[in-house]
Amino acid sequence: MLTGDRQKFFGLVFGIAFSTLLITQQLTIFVNLLERGASGVYNVDAADVWVMDRVSRTTDVNFPMPSTALDRVRSVPGVAWAVPHLRAGASVRTKEGDLEGVSVIGVDDTTLIGLPKGMMEGSRAVLEQPDTVVIDDVGATRMFSAGDNPIGERLELNDQRAVVRGIADAMPSFTSQVTLYTTYSQALNYVPGTRNRMSFVLARSAQGISPAELTQRIEAETGLRARTREQFAQDGIDFIIENTGIPLNFGITVVLGFVVGVAIVGLTFSLFIRDNIKQFGALKAIGVRNGKLARMVAAQAGLVGMIGYGLGVVGTVAFIWGFSANPTFKGFYIPWQVPLLSLAAVAIIISLTGWLALRNVFKTEPAAVFR
Amino acid sequence: MNAPAISVRGIARDFQAGQQVIRVLHGIDLDVRPGELTYLVGESGSGKTTLISIMCGILFPTEGAVEVFGTDIYALSDRALVDFRLRNIGFIFQQYNLIPTIDAASNAAVPLIAQGMDRLAARDRAREIMHALNIADQADKLPSQLSGGQQQRVAIARALVHRPRLVVCDEPTAALDAGSGRRVMDLLREVAVAEDRSVIIVTHDNRIFDLADRILILEDGRITHDGTSVPAEGTSQ
Repeated sequence: MLTGDRQKFFGLVFGIAFSTLLITQQLTIFVNLLERGASGVYNVDAADVWVMDRVSRTTDVNFPMPSTALDRVRSVPGVAWAVPHLRAGASVRTKEGDLEGVSVIGVDDTTLIGLPKGMMEGSRAVLEQPDTVVIDDVGATRMFSAGDNPIGERLELNDQRAVVRGIADAMPSFTSQVTLYTTYSQALNYVPGTRNRMSFVLARSAQGISPAELTQRIEAETGLRARTREQFAQDGIDFIIENTGIPLNFGITVVLGFVVGVAIVGLTFSLFIRDNIKQFGALKAIGVRNGKLARMVAAQAGLVGMIGYGLGVVGTVAFIWGFSANPTFKGFYIPWQVPLLSLAAVAIIISLTGWLALRNVFKTEPAAVFR
Repeated sequence: MNAPAISVRGIARDFQAGQQVIRVLHGIDLDVRPGELTYLVGESGSGKTTLISIMCGILFPTEGAVEVFGTDIYALSDRALVDFRLRNIGFIFQQYNLIPTIDAASNAAVPLIAQGMDRLAARDRAREIMHALNIADQADKLPSQLSGGQQQRVAIARALVHRPRLVVCDEPTAALDAGSGRRVMDLLREVAVAEDRSVIIVTHDNRIFDLADRILILEDGRITHDGTSVPAEGTSQ
């Protein structure tokens, strides 16, 4: 009955598809944006333990430590290696004279731990050259016009000369701020500051000891705060959840997607029932039970729901794919939990609206068909 | 004499209208025999729709009992009553009430499908009945593609496809001209009336009174006439 009525069929498919698209797309963007809160950690895959001042919370919200902290960490049994890591804000005057706020990341001079593994242009070895910075790929698109090659460009970084000699393939930060990687010693020159300037000590647990165990040892022996890679990534995500309006904003949009779905599907369902109430009454008089009528409508609604859901998910995939070249959406993916969540939402929309609409059928007396 | 197909004893039915309780049927006693084409005639508000609804098990009486082929239908559980209707009663509604989005054969096959018969087998059986009704060539069309007369024949096919023992028909000629009305009644008499089946028709169309085996006239909730024809003064509207 339902699938044979084209107008209502397409109305339901549209309602479900639109709702699925809104829910899936918004949740996908939300999850990916949240993960950007951990991008500073994800970009450094060699270290499995991050050590910091006790008040530091995330890669961007940190309090510098004295340089002696590095030796204290290195002296803890179970530490395979430990290197210094600096993260600070700075200002860059571009060739055009514009001022751009950047993050300066100082990576270990010898091992270059702290620099993303992949390079879009140039090699990691360029950091051995004086005054060198490596810019992140998304930052390069922000700081330089399309068609301009950043390689060889000179920047005025906190009143000092810096030359871009490489582009790193990095996961952008939550704010998509330009990130400049340089050696730790060079970063100390670029970033003026207080006596203590080492933001983190990046460490690796030795064989036979888990990162979690090592963090406990480091905290016990140094008094510093130590987090495993996963814990610190989660800290970055939690910071965004707790300190921004993003969860609320995305939550509102997802709820709106749900409400719009309920409204469109509910209205179409009730129109369908209203238009066919005489037929339902006739079927009840003939001897078709409420349960059978419900199953009949549920089967057709389920089919409509699956088609709408499929279209909505395909729409989300098309959106993510279509914007994959846009730096803002770099690395975006659809976590498997998101389509499952939207499937659950669709199931609730269909069940709820179907049940509300079918109540009229259940209440209809078969005798009404003779009136 | 055959046992009655339907035995109605002391049927009364009240309806609530605001604070007021209105009794529309007053202690009706009635036997309908198998093989009979019975007309239930009366003016609007006389109670004929209420009586027919009670006789076919879709409206509970306030008082009294109804036996259909020996079964006290209102002593059955709700589930058993629905099942009884599905297997024993065929309905032809005034507006036909065909499902608009499935074809004629599937419409006609609805009672069989509801009984659990395989859909294709049910459609085959429906086609046989449709053949007898001269609409086999319309089997694959949607109701909207059929004329009013053809839709009515599909509704008749739906009422007969499961070989019910009681067929209830509501105002079958109300929207038809005299010629068409007679043709429909001839058809009903030909395909529906059988030795082991009763057909009850609710009507107030005096043009077809001569085709009835029995005419019951209902006035103000009481049977005022029971005969093979209408009384001399007539009850036509």
